[in-house]
Amino acid sequence: MRAEETDVPRLPRGVKLKYDQVRERHVLLAPERAFDIDETAAAVLELVDGQRTCGQIVDELALRFDEKREVIAADVRDMIGDLIARRVIER
Amino acid sequence: MTNDTAELNQETAPRPAAVHPVGHPIGILAELTHRCPLRCPYCSNPLELERREAELDTATWKRVLSEAVALGVLHVHLSGGEPTARADLVELTAHCAAEGLYTNLITSGVGRAGAMLPALSEAGLDHVQLSFQGAKAETTDRVGGYAGGHAAKLAFAAQVTDLGLPLTVNAVFHRANIHEVEDMIALAVALKARRLEVAHTQYYGWAYANRAALMPARPDVDRSVAIVEEARKRLEGVLVIDMVIPDYYARYPKPCSGGWGRRTLNVTPTGRVLPCHAAESIPGLEFWSVRDHALGDIWRASPAFNAFRGTEWMREPCRSCDRREMDFGGCRCQAMALAGDASLTDPACSKSPFHARVEALATAEAAGPAPDFIYRTIGGASVPRREGAKS
Repeated sequence: MRAEETDVPRLPRGVKLKYDQVRERHVLLAPERAFDIDETAAAVLELVDGQRTCGQIVDELALRFDEKREVIAADVRDMIGDLIARRVIER
Repeated sequence: MTNDTAELNQETAPRPAAVHPVGHPIGILAELTHRCPLRCPYCSNPLELERREAELDTATWKRVLSEAVALGVLHVHLSGGEPTARADLVELTAHCAAEGLYTNLITSGVGRAGAMLPALSEAGLDHVQLSFQGAKAETTDRVGGYAGGHAAKLAFAAQVTDLGLPLTVNAVFHRANIHEVEDMIALAVALKARRLEVAHTQYYGWAYANRAALMPARPDVDRSVAIVEEARKRLEGVLVIDMVIPDYYARYPKPCSGGWGRRTLNVTPTGRVLPCHAAESIPGLEFWSVRDHALGDIWRASPAFNAFRGTEWMREPCRSCDRREMDFGGCRCQAMALAGDASLTDPACSKSPFHARVEALATAEAAGPAPDFIYRTIGGASVPRREGAKS
């Protein structure tokens, strides 16, 4: 599943992005699941706030990372789409 | 434990502590109480249930849960028995939330669960896992041994989603309800669950004692798997379905608890700390209690946790198997129950010399007449011995 640029993703109740002090990395906590989150994924998830569209998230990341917008867009839409399919992100 | 160990003569001594890395546990199963209004014949609790007078007090549970956070635990599963039978559950939930733990309530949804839920939500509960014993009222009420249970669960599920809490429906399947898998999927969607666990019975505790009454026939199992696979595609983004396969019919064993002493710990109502909920069925293991030790010391140093850590304890065919770091030889408790030695390969594995006999046993039990359920009860259960796989 791939999210659309116009989708407005959000973390629903029961899904939490947390910095794990013991393992020194971000984790995404969901029902019966804990996802290891690398720095890039954390940068995406920190912008998932129920306000920004996927397109706006891509725009912001394109300013911060030295990569073409279309490459970032593909990665972001796949990642968010995958988490939508797993019912970890809602839109 | 009376049943699991009755047929076994061989003692399994803990291995000397070998060199193995001790990682950080990810989850803790807090069995707050064994009290429960339901009487499910597949309950994973031991046959000798612990009594209320012996349960840990609130202050001790708070200390243990704080120690769990320091160890690296991310998820706490508030379970039992029925955890809402504990009057201090709201206080414990608030404590977990303040500590940053992800709190999961594992509940039957009957009794006082509904009355307590708004306060639990307010205290910071993150997720609810609600059990159903069937998709139809008569099935739920008969299997759970509780009249009116199904109706109470439907009302409870609505309460959960009305509060905005994520809902998982957990349904244990066996020969008395395996024809309701399709209906259960539809029910989970109707209840707005985000997840459904289609959990084929695992044979420990009460389920082991009731095995012949629960063992499904192979064609019914295959059909249920096909139904789930079709539904997963159809319901992508609507309902996540996790499935536990009945391992007597499996080719490879499950990586029980993600490996012994690797990812999870389990605290019983009276405070003993186990690598998994059935570990006390293995004779000769020394379990430590949170009444005497800090949780971190138990995790790192207790003999029971070190008994089967890593791969040093393994014998053939596990020792040289290329799956040894994937399934860790399967389940130690099942090796004990079915092969008579906890350090052998789980007979669920097709490489185990006991595997053919286990499969034949399952097939024969499923084909035979279903005995009456022996319902879970605190004290007084008279449980007949059940044939294992060893000769």
